[in-house]
Amino acid sequence: MVKNIVSWIDERIPMTATYNRHVGQYATPSNFNFWYFFGSLAMLVLVNQLLTGIWLTMNYVPTAEGAFASIEYIMRDVEYGWLLRYMHSTGASAFFVVIYLHMFRGLIYGSYQKPRELLWLFGMLIFLVLMAEAFMGYLLPWGQMSYWGAQVIISLFGAIPVIGDDLTLWIRGDFVVSGATLNRFFALHVIALPLVLVVLVFLHLIALHEVGSNNPDGIEIKKNKDENGWPKDGIPFHPYYTVKDIMGVAGFLIVFCYVLFFMPEGGGYFLEKPNFEAANPMKTPEHIAPVWYFTPFYAILRAIPDKLMGVIGMGLAIGVLFILPWLDRCNVKSIRYRSLTHKLNISQFAVSFLVLGYLGAVPATPALTIAARIFTITYFGFFLFLWIYSKNEKTKPVPERLTH
Amino acid sequence: MSNAPVDTGRRRFLTAATAVVGGAGAAAVAVPFIKSWNPSAKAKAAGAPVEVNISKVEPGQLIRVEWRGKPVWVVRRTQEILDGLPAIDGQLRDPDSVEPQQPAYAQNTVRSIKAEFFIAVGLCTHLGCSPTYLPDTFGEQVEGVASGFFCPCHGSKFDMAGRVFQGVPAPLNLVIPPHQYLDDSTVLIGVDKGAA
Repeated sequence: MVKNIVSWIDERIPMTATYNRHVGQYATPSNFNFWYFFGSLAMLVLVNQLLTGIWLTMNYVPTAEGAFASIEYIMRDVEYGWLLRYMHSTGASAFFVVIYLHMFRGLIYGSYQKPRELLWLFGMLIFLVLMAEAFMGYLLPWGQMSYWGAQVIISLFGAIPVIGDDLTLWIRGDFVVSGATLNRFFALHVIALPLVLVVLVFLHLIALHEVGSNNPDGIEIKKNKDENGWPKDGIPFHPYYTVKDIMGVAGFLIVFCYVLFFMPEGGGYFLEKPNFEAANPMKTPEHIAPVWYFTPFYAILRAIPDKLMGVIGMGLAIGVLFILPWLDRCNVKSIRYRSLTHKLNISQFAVSFLVLGYLGAVPATPALTIAARIFTITYFGFFLFLWIYSKNEKTKPVPERLTH
Repeated sequence: MSNAPVDTGRRRFLTAATAVVGGAGAAAVAVPFIKSWNPSAKAKAAGAPVEVNISKVEPGQLIRVEWRGKPVWVVRRTQEILDGLPAIDGQLRDPDSVEPQQPAYAQNTVRSIKAEFFIAVGLCTHLGCSPTYLPDTFGEQVEGVASGFFCPCHGSKFDMAGRVFQGVPAPLNLVIPPHQYLDDSTVLIGVDKGAA
């Protein structure tokens, strides 16, 4: 019976073939470690955001007059509204935790290298859209930090010569951030960007399954196939990695639920304190800082004492990641078989990123500004050094087959 | 089906012409989508001028009024403050207000029509935060200058004529809005005699 239904469908749409190609018989390297949890976890968080987001729009009012009150209404009067909202706000931070770790995995195992450049570019576009999505979502509660955060970020475009002022006016739809801005950000946040995000995730996966997954050894399992054309070091994605990823999900949910139920404001980093006060266009909060996942880039912006150069510096900090596949000229992928120089360089990059993240979250003092300048240089230095030494890097011999 | 020879030149021309017309159509359709993001007629109308009664402002006091949704400050400066302005010219980016951040009638040493009243848009020229007025404690930011404006977001500093200090992220002096005095105690913010 079931068999008949399946074959009836298969004659009309390639259901079984698609399942086999992407899940049932997708050859995955057999040596994935914990770093490989974060891709599937990102998908889980995406689903969480879509689902809770749709439910939140059912009670949210996207107007300057109603937004702040409707959030409180969701928190107090809607059944389980508090849970849906906290799942969404905690999910936003979790999304960036997972994505940053996922990107770092790609960085250490050289997953951006040939032939995975396009896969990396789709991933970077997802990161970019995710940042836009998070930024626009943060305006919606219409609290003080929502309002002034948006004011600052939109003003960044004002630094562009000639068209800057008209461009900011066009983005805001008013002379200052107002209800018009809130309304269009709502539209973009709930419809336009999620659609783009889902399409990009689809392309990211298609690109991944075309070239095949990289692995901690950074060698291509497709180069060693048995007589049936199956990679000798490959195992089917299902059941091996579906089961492994469920383990990852369990671990993730323990941490996620702890934050969700015991510290939903994330110590003022996931939901910032000034945002519990309604937006007041006449008064800027004492200390404004973006949500934690933007602080590394914000620190770079603040470190450069020139408006236009600051904005360019911040843009470059993200833009340079796009061209990473072409900056790294080494043909060994994994950090396991690369030089000590490379290991040290990646380490200093990770430290620079974390320190910048800290510096962007605290008020600027002259000493901290100097520190931010130093770490801005080391951040960009990572890419410059990489480009220089990777050409003639002294690497270790790469094994033929996977090691476990 | 006709067996006439294919005129590839003609085919290419028709393909190109169709593509160009289609492209022009798509570009034209983009216009309403892009234009609809501009401020609406309602938002523009909300930019109407506001009248402010300044007779009750104490020396040293700052009052805020809203014009086009922006905070506009009216500060009553003491003679002591006014006398101190020229002394700090050397620490400023644009002490003579060369940049067009003010109407012509406010392009003077005190950046106002009446020296006593300083009227400015209270938004930092860096990224649009509203700076904090520090009437007594500005000395902590700039030594020897008792009062001024300090932006909490990125640390930009302005003197009591809204002139920006050197070495801060803000590139320009604070904006002076168009305004005019209707009588000794009333100022109209948003239009000046030229436009009225």
